[in-house]
Amino acid sequence: MDIAGREITVHDMCLRDGMHAKRHQISIDQMIEVATALDEAGVPLIEITHGDGLGGASVNYGFPAHTDEEYLSAVIPKLKNTKVSALLIPGIATVDHLRMVHDLGVTTIRVASHCTEADVTEQHIGLAKELGMDTVGFLMMAHMASPEKLVEQALKMEGYGANCIYCTDSAGYMLPDDVTASVKAIRSAIKPETELGFHGHHNLALGVANSLAAIDAGANRIDGSVAGLGAGAGNTPLEVFVAVLDRMGVKTGVDIFKMMDIAEDIVTPMMDQPIRVDRDSLVLGYAGVYSSFLLHAKRAGEKYGVRSSDILLEMGKLKTVGGQEDMIEDVALNMSREAAGASA
Amino acid sequence: MKVNAALIGSGNIGTDLMAKALRSELINPVWMVGIDPDSDGLEKARVAGLKTTHEGIDGLVKHMQEDNIQICFDATSAYVHEENNRKVQEQGSMMIDLTPAAIGPYCVPPVNMQEHVGKKEMNVNMVTCGGQATIPMVAAISRVQEVEYGEIVATVSSRSAGPGTRKNIDEFTSTTSGAVEKVGGAKKGKAIIILNPAEPPLMMRDTVHCLTKDTPDQEAITKSIHEMLAEVQKYVPGYRLKNGPVFDGNRVSVFMEVEGLGDYLPKYAGNLDIMTAAGLRTAEMFAEEILNGTLVLEKVQAA
Repeated sequence: MDIAGREITVHDMCLRDGMHAKRHQISIDQMIEVATALDEAGVPLIEITHGDGLGGASVNYGFPAHTDEEYLSAVIPKLKNTKVSALLIPGIATVDHLRMVHDLGVTTIRVASHCTEADVTEQHIGLAKELGMDTVGFLMMAHMASPEKLVEQALKMEGYGANCIYCTDSAGYMLPDDVTASVKAIRSAIKPETELGFHGHHNLALGVANSLAAIDAGANRIDGSVAGLGAGAGNTPLEVFVAVLDRMGVKTGVDIFKMMDIAEDIVTPMMDQPIRVDRDSLVLGYAGVYSSFLLHAKRAGEKYGVRSSDILLEMGKLKTVGGQEDMIEDVALNMSREAAGASA
Repeated sequence: MKVNAALIGSGNIGTDLMAKALRSELINPVWMVGIDPDSDGLEKARVAGLKTTHEGIDGLVKHMQEDNIQICFDATSAYVHEENNRKVQEQGSMMIDLTPAAIGPYCVPPVNMQEHVGKKEMNVNMVTCGGQATIPMVAAISRVQEVEYGEIVATVSSRSAGPGTRKNIDEFTSTTSGAVEKVGGAKKGKAIIILNPAEPPLMMRDTVHCLTKDTPDQEAITKSIHEMLAEVQKYVPGYRLKNGPVFDGNRVSVFMEVEGLGDYLPKYAGNLDIMTAAGLRTAEMFAEEILNGTLVLEKVQAA
């Protein structure tokens, strides 16, 4: 793979996707510490919101330690060069949230939909463009659609005004060849000036390999998370990824040793549990299940005496998509009842 | 005796509503209004013997007097509802709003339909499909004890969510959360909608989470939920309790499924049925008032 000389924008997720792994309990001080360290290390873009994006505070997804507004207004003024993005999932958040974060100094908005439902993003992408924001259309659970379908959906988002499209492997299910096929297809269909990104999860330990495949296929923005702090087995570990890119002659502008220090000294000590490929997160990647379901399934499994990996497998069989956390307790209740019936 | 009605919007909701209105003993669907001459809904309406126009609301307005249209249903989109509403009210018709525009008061039949009797309201809003499926359960809990926070999650199959629903997704969340408070009785409301493209399409699923102020009275809440379930099943037979109520501290959660009658879209699209059945039931209540003379409609002067 020859990608030497390419320029890649890396986008850190540990203060958004990492919120899943922290049950949305990252403190304001921790947010500031991590964000300013990433600023020092030269990371150009970081994402901050509830794990499920703006407005994610809920029984269904978990109530965070602080509101999106509190986090963003505490962190943004402390940053010198790093820009801040926010995730917005229509159906959870509305254009009111978009206006709020724009006022707080968020410069990049990522409007996300399931990979086949791009037409719910029209209002939000349209407004973000009107506000002059860096506007990203974020196609989640991309493994559930063919490259042709992804192209169709990407073109919708581009048509609404997105200047960047993401192929998002929310389940950490895609294999490098899948990434190559999808990213290539989207790259050849969208305008040359439209950027293209890839967001990986490390559930099959392919975060780095898939991100490289994405770059080779034409992506120029890559999501990762320092120390991998993110849903499931985490995101592409960003300190590892920038080290690999450096070895391959790709420019990111990020200080590799500072990233190693942030991972080792700041983010890893913040973790409530090791972020690694364990049985449950492997099931996510193997069965194509939304990574954020992980901790919800562990909790429901404990509460109802059911194996969490079985809950996740069932969620996969039901073809659930991102956001359907409510089905986890429902599935656990059914399984626990069936188990009781079988033993009676 | 029946009251003549017009259906504005020939998409999923309008067409499903037509199928149900044709069986009504109080509502006579006379017109269906669309904007696309080739739409499936208009074709079905012609076959069913309705008058149709593809010229939008203006194609209907000129015929409203001669056809004595007294009730209109708007199943278009929140963006055009206000104009549709103004034009039909100038013709002296009342409006049942099935878009999330919500310019009139909310109506969720098993919870607050009686409150609309005798009010001479010219526009009532049917909230959203997710609202119709969940607010009865929020109300069933809040009528037992104070609910500090009510949250609903509605998951519908992608096939059952037409372009109007998709363009109006923000209006869906804000209208539904508003009605969770105003009709459901929760102090604070939140609504989440999810579209799932699975094939075969999944049945509409709805989850209701309420946080009660004090420790929930499990027995009374369970009883109230089952009573409400029976009320909704009177007009949506496929409204089912899948799991719950689950009690976890002050959280009360109810897991619902809504199977439709399969009038227009197949049975998975319970979200259509719960909306159209609620809209029709509301219209029938007003039709009774019109027929017995307690509700006399007057033309609203153009502003």
